[in-house]
Amino acid sequence: MNKKVFVISVLLAFFACFPVLFSNPYWIGVLNDIWLYAILGLSLNWIVGHTGLFNLGHAAYYAVGAYTAAILSTRYNIPILWLIPVAGAAAGLFALAVARPIIHLRGDYLAIVTIGVGEIVRIALENDIFGLTGGSNGIFGIPRPEIFDMRLRRPWQLYYLIGGFLLITIWFFYRLEQSRFGRALNYIKEDETAAEGSGINTAWYKLAAFVIGAVWAGMAGTLFAAKMTIISPGSFNFWESVLIFAIVILGGAGSIPGVILGAFLLVGLPEFFRNFADARMLFFGAAMVLMMIFRNKGLLPPLVRKYAGVPRVRGGDA
Amino acid sequence: MEFFLQQLFNGLAVGGIYALVALGYTMVYGVMKLMNFAHGELFTMGAFLGLTLLGTFAFTEVLGPFGGVFVLILMVMGMVAIMGVLLERVAYRPLRNSPRLSAIVSALGASIFLQNAIMLMYGARFQVYPHGILPNTPISVFGVDIPLLRILLFVVSILMMAALYFFVQRTRIGTAIRAAAIDQDAARLMGINVDRVIQIVFIIGPALGAAAGVMVGIYYGQINFTMGWIFGLKAFTAAIIGGIGNIPGAMLGGLLLGVLEAMGAAYISTAWKDAIAFAVLILILLVRPRGILGERVADKL
Repeated sequence: MNKKVFVISVLLAFFACFPVLFSNPYWIGVLNDIWLYAILGLSLNWIVGHTGLFNLGHAAYYAVGAYTAAILSTRYNIPILWLIPVAGAAAGLFALAVARPIIHLRGDYLAIVTIGVGEIVRIALENDIFGLTGGSNGIFGIPRPEIFDMRLRRPWQLYYLIGGFLLITIWFFYRLEQSRFGRALNYIKEDETAAEGSGINTAWYKLAAFVIGAVWAGMAGTLFAAKMTIISPGSFNFWESVLIFAIVILGGAGSIPGVILGAFLLVGLPEFFRNFADARMLFFGAAMVLMMIFRNKGLLPPLVRKYAGVPRVRGGDA
Repeated sequence: MEFFLQQLFNGLAVGGIYALVALGYTMVYGVMKLMNFAHGELFTMGAFLGLTLLGTFAFTEVLGPFGGVFVLILMVMGMVAIMGVLLERVAYRPLRNSPRLSAIVSALGASIFLQNAIMLMYGARFQVYPHGILPNTPISVFGVDIPLLRILLFVVSILMMAALYFFVQRTRIGTAIRAAAIDQDAARLMGINVDRVIQIVFIIGPALGAAAGVMVGIYYGQINFTMGWIFGLKAFTAAIIGGIGNIPGAMLGGLLLGVLEAMGAAYISTAWKDAIAFAVLILILLVRPRGILGERVADKL
C-alpha cells in the first residue's frame, strides 16, 4: 500500500474511534474546537494560501453565517442543519458585496480594509442591527441540531457532525485545488501579470475565490451556532480573525495538511498549557515572529509543482 | 452652533493624537513599505511607562505641572524609542528581503507579543492616571468654553508635528529619509546608509507614538493594555486617508478623522463611532486610493 494512503487511513481510523476509546467529554470538546477551526482555516486558506489575498477579517463571514443560522432557527424554528447552505449563501453574498469594490487593492491595503470590515460587522452586531442580533448579549436558545429525530447534544455526537463536515471540507478543497479553477488561482498567485497576460480574468478569479472561502466560513458559522447554542459579537472579534489567519500561516499556507496541523497546534496545544493561560498569547505572538524569520512557508508547506498547473519557463510539457 | 464648535474642538484634540500616532505608521510605511502593526502597542507602552514614571518620581511637584509633564513625556519618548529600535532589530530586519506576507505576519506577531507583555506586566484591568496633573480650567474660544487640556493637547500635537516636518524637510537626515522612501536601492547608491535611516525612523515614530500615549493617559485618565490596538488602527486609517508615506497627509488625515468621528458621535450615534472611522477608510480607498495628499508612494508596485 502507498505510504501516504496508509498514514491517512491510520489517522482516519484513530480519529473515527477517538470518542469510543477516550470517552472523556473534555478532550472530545477540544477536538470539536480543533475540527471547527480546521474548517475555518481551510476556508481562509483558499483566500490567503491559494490566491494571496490578505484577509484579516475572516471572522466577519463566519459571523454572518452564524447569525443568519441563529436568527432563522430561533425565529422560524427551522432545523439548524438545513440552514447550513442558507448561512453559506448569506455569507457569500455579503462577501461578494464587500469584496467586489476592494478586491483590486494591493496586499496590505486589502489587509487593513478587511480588518475594517470585520470591525464594522462586529460593531453592527453589538448595536443590534435591524433589531435582529440581540446586541452585545447576542442570541441564545439556538436549537440543537437534529439528525433523524436524534438531538445532537453530547460532545461525541457533535464530534461526528463537525468531523464529518471537516471531511467534506477537505474533499471539497482538495478537488478544487486540482481543478482548472484551482490551477488558475495558483498561476495568479505565482505571477499575476503573466496570468493576466495569458487571458485569465484575474479580478474575477480572485473575487470567486474570496466568495468561496466566505461561503465556507458561513457554513462553519452554522456549526458553531449549533454547537454553542449561544452566540455573541465577542466570538467574532479581530483576534478570532487573527487566530484563523495564524492557523493558515503557521501551518503552511496553501497546504491542506498544514492548515489542519495549524489548527491542532494553535487550538489544541494551548489546552495542554492551561496553567500558563495568561502567557499563552505571548508565546503565540513570539511564535509568529520566529516562524516568519526561520520558516516562513509554515510547518507543512505545500509541495511545489506537485501537479502540473504552472508550466516552467523553458521546456515542460504543459 | 455652539455645540458644533464644541464637537469640532473635541475632534481636533483627539485628531491631534491620531495624527501623532499616524506619523509613526506613515514614516515606517514610507521607508519600508511595511504596515507596522506593533506601533499601536508602542503607543500603549508609552501610556503605561508614563504612569509608572509618574508614580516613581514627583515630576509635577518639583518642576510644576507643565515642566513636569514636559520632562515626563521626554523620558517616555526616549524609553519607547529604544523599544522601537529593538523591535526593528528583532522582528523586521531579518525579514527585509522576505515576501510581504511574512513581514505582515511578523508585525502581527510582534503586536500580539507586546500587547500581552504589557498585560502580564501591568495586569488586564484599567489603570488610572492621577487626576488633575494639568490644570483644566475652561477657556473661552469663539464664545465656547473649551477645557484647557483639550487645547493643550492640540497645541502640543501640532508643535511636535511641525518639528518633525521641519526635521524631515530641512535636515540632512531628513533628506536621507525622504530619499530612502522614494527608492532604497538608489538611496544606497548615493551613499545613504539605509539601515541607519530605518533605525532613525524607528526612533522617531515610536517616540511620537509614546508621547501620544502619555497625552491620552492624561486626557482620558484611563488606560488599558488593549487601547493601542484601536488607536493604532485608527491612526493607520488616518495615514491612509491623508496618503500613506506622506507626513503632512498623516497630520491632515488624523485631524480629519478626529473631527469626523466627533461629528459622527454627536450627530449620528456614539455606538457607531468606531464604525464611522472604518467606513471612511473604505470610502477613501474606493474613491481616492492614494489618499488626499498621497501621490507617489501608494502608486508603486
